Amino acid sequence: MSAFLRNTAFLLGLPLLLVLWWWWATIDSTNFFVPTPGELVTTFVDTWFGPRFWQDVLPSIGRLAAGLALAIVLGVAFGILIGSFKRLRQLLEPLLEFIRAVPPVVLVPLLMLLIGINDLMKVVVIVSGAIWPILLNTVEGVRATDEVQRDTCATYRIRGLNRLRYLTLPAASPQILAGVRQSLSIGLILMVISEMFGSSSGLGFTIVWFQRNFAIPEMWSGILVLGLIGLGLSVIFRVVERRILRWYHGLREVQRAS
Amino acid sequence: MRADTKSIPAFDGPMLQVAGLRKIYPTATGGFEAIRNLTFDVPAGQLACIVGPSGAGKTTLLKCIAGLLPRTEGVLELHGKDITGPPKTMAVVFQEYGRSLFPWMTVERNVELPLKAAGVPKAERRARAAEALEQVDLADAGGKYPWQLSGGMQQRVAIARAVAYRPEVLLMDEPFAAVDAQTRADLEDLVRRIWKELGITILFVTHDIDESVYLGERVIVLSAAPTVVQDDILVDLPADRDQLRTRSLPRFAELRTHVFEEIQRAKAEAKTGAIPAR
Repeated sequence: MSAFLRNTAFLLGLPLLLVLWWWWATIDSTNFFVPTPGELVTTFVDTWFGPRFWQDVLPSIGRLAAGLALAIVLGVAFGILIGSFKRLRQLLEPLLEFIRAVPPVVLVPLLMLLIGINDLMKVVVIVSGAIWPILLNTVEGVRATDEVQRDTCATYRIRGLNRLRYLTLPAASPQILAGVRQSLSIGLILMVISEMFGSSSGLGFTIVWFQRNFAIPEMWSGILVLGLIGLGLSVIFRVVERRILRWYHGLREVQRAS
Repeated sequence: MRADTKSIPAFDGPMLQVAGLRKIYPTATGGFEAIRNLTFDVPAGQLACIVGPSGAGKTTLLKCIAGLLPRTEGVLELHGKDITGPPKTMAVVFQEYGRSLFPWMTVERNVELPLKAAGVPKAERRARAAEALEQVDLADAGGKYPWQLSGGMQQRVAIARAVAYRPEVLLMDEPFAAVDAQTRADLEDLVRRIWKELGITILFVTHDIDESVYLGERVIVLSAAPTVVQDDILVDLPADRDQLRTRSLPRFAELRTHVFEEIQRAKAEAKTGAIPAR
């Protein structure tokens, strides 16, 4: 129990200290641009607990979820293809490096023209940025599959889908998940940016709207919502990762101990 | 216990035939000749050991036989059929047990996997895996992950996986090189026991002279690279072997001395390039 308390103290200690400091610094503040903690909390509740949750927060989360899911599926699928075939890798490497170097943000105006101002455009923007860490990590993970494990599959004639399911995917899973972790934050950034351009709903749109209308505490509370979504994503990721990579963490622990 | 051999047409020749085998690895400087000319037969049901100095191309030979590596020249036949890829009736136990078992699966699932890929129904798969784990004295470890087991136990899991697969030929590539001496003795007896129980053909590669004489019915001594057969020795020790009594037999000492001398000769030849007088 004391260990649990200590861990909780470590987890919450710094955020609490920062909030305290913020409270102390804004006690007699009249600064229009920086609200006090109390003000922010009331604004947060007033602003987001209501119709805005359904109109802005949920659609944003929906786009983010769709974009990330698509990025994971496409990134892993193409990563496995490219990682498995040397020729394909050699053929695609320069092209991939080039596309990867283009900041996905500049695609927003282009995609607005091509796809129009709709949810699909925003999802495509998220995918176009979030896919890269997953794709490249999957390629590396597949390439680095242990030679003895491959030989084992070959001698026992484990092929095709069986090989994919029981060797390729699990062997690359630590790398794939490392890529997914990076993609989560990229996806969140691109979700906001895609909503700042031509949009009539969503968090990015609402935050910019608040800022333009000098609703400063509301703007801050929107930023808080984004932070909480990011936190939620990383908590979900940790739970999923622990489950999928239980074997990996166990193996690493054993290797470290010896 | 044996795989169904009724469907295979009668064949009187050896289980495994190696003739004029040559393997050259392509390199920037024109190629490295790992194996020059190997010729030997292994009859069905024999436990043959292959020994040779380090760098003799033992692993290369095994990989060629397993169909994992293409040969440069020569004949490689299993049951009279040319080996072009990993044969269906062959299993391999690798030296690196830690890398050969899949760490993301439990022991049970590891043993079952080749059967699953071969389309064996679930109930039979379960039964065969349980039986094989029992044969290697790991009946209780099925639910564990390989990395939760000691090195010797992991290698036993790899053996169980091969046993459950019911091969006609089992190749073992220095399987006990990375375990401690006590475990090694136990594993050697395990291989002898399984060989007797299943009546399969085993080709056991090792660099340990004592191990080759203790285990084998026959010891094939390889020269240093480029490899040829240096000597082919029949081990005329009693079939029931015992770590203490067999190893203290005068005949055991004679055989091990003989193999030792052959390997020393192979090393000397590799160094001078000439064949010294015997």
